[in-house]
Amino acid sequence: MKRIITLTVQDRSGVLNRVTGLLQRRQFNIESISVGPTETEGISKMTLVVEIEDEQRLEQVTKQLNKQIDVLKVSDITDKAIVVRELALIKVASSSHLRSEINGIIDPFRASIIDVSKESLAVQITGRPEKIDALIELLRPYGIKEIARTGLTAFLRGYQPQVNELATYSLIK
Amino acid sequence: MKVEAKQLEFQTSIAPKTGADLLIDLLKNEGVDTLFGYPGGAVLPIYDAIYRAQGTIKHILFRHEQGMIHAAEGYARITGKPGVVIATSGPGATNLVTGITDAMMDSLPLVVFTGQVARSVIGTDAFQEADVMAITTPITKHNYQVQSISDLPRIVKEAFHIASTGRPGPVLVDIPKDISAGVLVEEPEKACIDLPGYQPTTKPNPLQIKKLADSVAKAKKPVILAGAGVLHGKASRELTAFAEKHQLPVVTTLLGLGAFPADSPLSLGMGGMHGTYAANIALYETDLLINIGARFDDRLTGNLKHFAPHAKVAHIDIDPAEIGKNVPTQIPIVSDAKEALVELIVQTAESPENKAWLETLHQYKQEYPLWYKHEPDGMCPQWLIEAVHKVTNGEAIVTTDVGQHQMWAAQYYTFKEPHRWITSGGLGTMGFGFPAAIGAQIASPESTVVAIVGDGGFQMTLQELSVIYERNLPVKIIIVNNGALGMVRQWQELLHGNRISESILHTQPDFVKLAESYGIRGMKIDNQEDLITFLPELFAHDGPVLVDCRVRQQEKVFPMIAPGKGIHEMIGVKPS
Repeated sequence: MKRIITLTVQDRSGVLNRVTGLLQRRQFNIESISVGPTETEGISKMTLVVEIEDEQRLEQVTKQLNKQIDVLKVSDITDKAIVVRELALIKVASSSHLRSEINGIIDPFRASIIDVSKESLAVQITGRPEKIDALIELLRPYGIKEIARTGLTAFLRGYQPQVNELATYSLIK
Repeated sequence: MKVEAKQLEFQTSIAPKTGADLLIDLLKNEGVDTLFGYPGGAVLPIYDAIYRAQGTIKHILFRHEQGMIHAAEGYARITGKPGVVIATSGPGATNLVTGITDAMMDSLPLVVFTGQVARSVIGTDAFQEADVMAITTPITKHNYQVQSISDLPRIVKEAFHIASTGRPGPVLVDIPKDISAGVLVEEPEKACIDLPGYQPTTKPNPLQIKKLADSVAKAKKPVILAGAGVLHGKASRELTAFAEKHQLPVVTTLLGLGAFPADSPLSLGMGGMHGTYAANIALYETDLLINIGARFDDRLTGNLKHFAPHAKVAHIDIDPAEIGKNVPTQIPIVSDAKEALVELIVQTAESPENKAWLETLHQYKQEYPLWYKHEPDGMCPQWLIEAVHKVTNGEAIVTTDVGQHQMWAAQYYTFKEPHRWITSGGLGTMGFGFPAAIGAQIASPESTVVAIVGDGGFQMTLQELSVIYERNLPVKIIIVNNGALGMVRQWQELLHGNRISESILHTQPDFVKLAESYGIRGMKIDNQEDLITFLPELFAHDGPVLVDCRVRQQEKVFPMIAPGKGIHEMIGVKPS
């Protein structure tokens, strides 16, 4: 199962190495990782997407991460009400006559064209990873020359449904 | 000459205080009395400071970094205080890797200082540069590279705090040469620990304690599994009180030996791959397994499918990550062993009705004791251990390497007291035992310290014979010499179709002459009569002694749980 784990860490040299090294050593597969500063100076936030077989392994990975001295907090937010975003840049082969057609495809995704050259154009899209995957599939027939994705970042929504609401929520999800 | 000496004096007297001088002051503040070290280019400023400290801090010069770090581990195991190690950059640091990993696996507190090339050349592949931070990140509890002299007081304080609290472990501090040689502009402020991400839980959750106390009262077949956590928590007395009060049988792990008196009727001995029948069957049949400070290592549990299949499992551990890691746990208690046991003693009102269970276990003990047979073709290693036990009255500090001799020592050198047993459990490091004995002897000068080592392992760190001669440390070295890498040979015989591949040591030094060349008394013994005659005298000798004991090569460690088998599937439980 895919889990989204966020870590609040002290911004010290080697902290990213500690986290990724630990996951590698304990044989957890990292699908994506993103890191950046937070509202507090000296504190960074990492968002990890990891593939984990079962609850026991999940518990183990969060505990091992928590043991790191520079890690302040570990949360598995997968089942919470969260906002999830990723950014992708997609370079598509395109001559001038296809440009409007592509524009028509990306428009419903609220993506935008941010660079144009004779043979290609670059599309920028933000959203949930599934949405990005969907756009990539639609653009593939035109010839994708390059993709760069940031890995997802996420945090909790301002309002967290109560536990009983959450059950309903996850059923219809 | 005279002029030169004067100049030197002049230089030292006006020499400004350096980062290295500050380091020595900080170590003294932490109460460090012994440094286990080896000098080199990148730590020259530190050695200059040690020179200037004029013997106010004891430094023991070893002959190899691996030897000194194992000695520091032995020291840490006996004193409970961090062993302090100093090595130079590059090869000095990489030679420490085995010892650091060993300490990490067996939760021993160490504070390791490594020199590093100057900050201006870090990352340029400078002479004797190694990326020690990256190398040691997965094998330390934490590590630091000092980037400014003013950080040194905080880092040293934190290093000692992290190493010795919670689940103990090694902490490494990498000090670039320009930091240790750097001149202190002003005396730094008193350091404060700043570790928001490190707050070990030491007090148990009262609800979980209550749950466990209730389970104890209801259990029919309870058993306690005592690990090294009991020893780290200095909780042997509380464990004994708790077990005796409620008549709970106790199995100890390899590293937990001594946590519970082996001569108690409630003691089932060691569990695991070469544990006793009674201990392993108790772990198999139990309905309430109370694990205190053990980590359910695979050498203890055997195949997890068959481990404690009928039991409700309670696990007391200071490291939350150990709970539920290998064995599903119904009653998790994150706590220091002593704090938990004190609470348990208070909360457990009723004793279980387990008379029948104790009777069954007693029968197992009678029916399937540890056994060996004397053979005509050489001295029996198990008997040798018993003889050492007898001559030391079972009160010596015993250290070992890994392998057959380690298992025989664990089986036959039974301990009445805690903190007498030093062995490499988790990492299983050959060459550990002898240097660890040096550290133990330094930590406890009045104790008899016996290094029970194999002929293979001893040859990995024997260069430290110089140290015991130089310091006149009366370590007694018993080489259980079967001319083979015995455990490898045993597995090849039993599990690899008797294909004895590269596990016989055809050539060996004359260990007696070797000892004598270091100025140490040595003796070779190859039969029981001589051993009985000479052992008391050798142990009475007021200095180091090496005894090369020739034992049967074919002897195997039994009982045994073959790899992949369940804890109830032992072989060799009785003489065939």
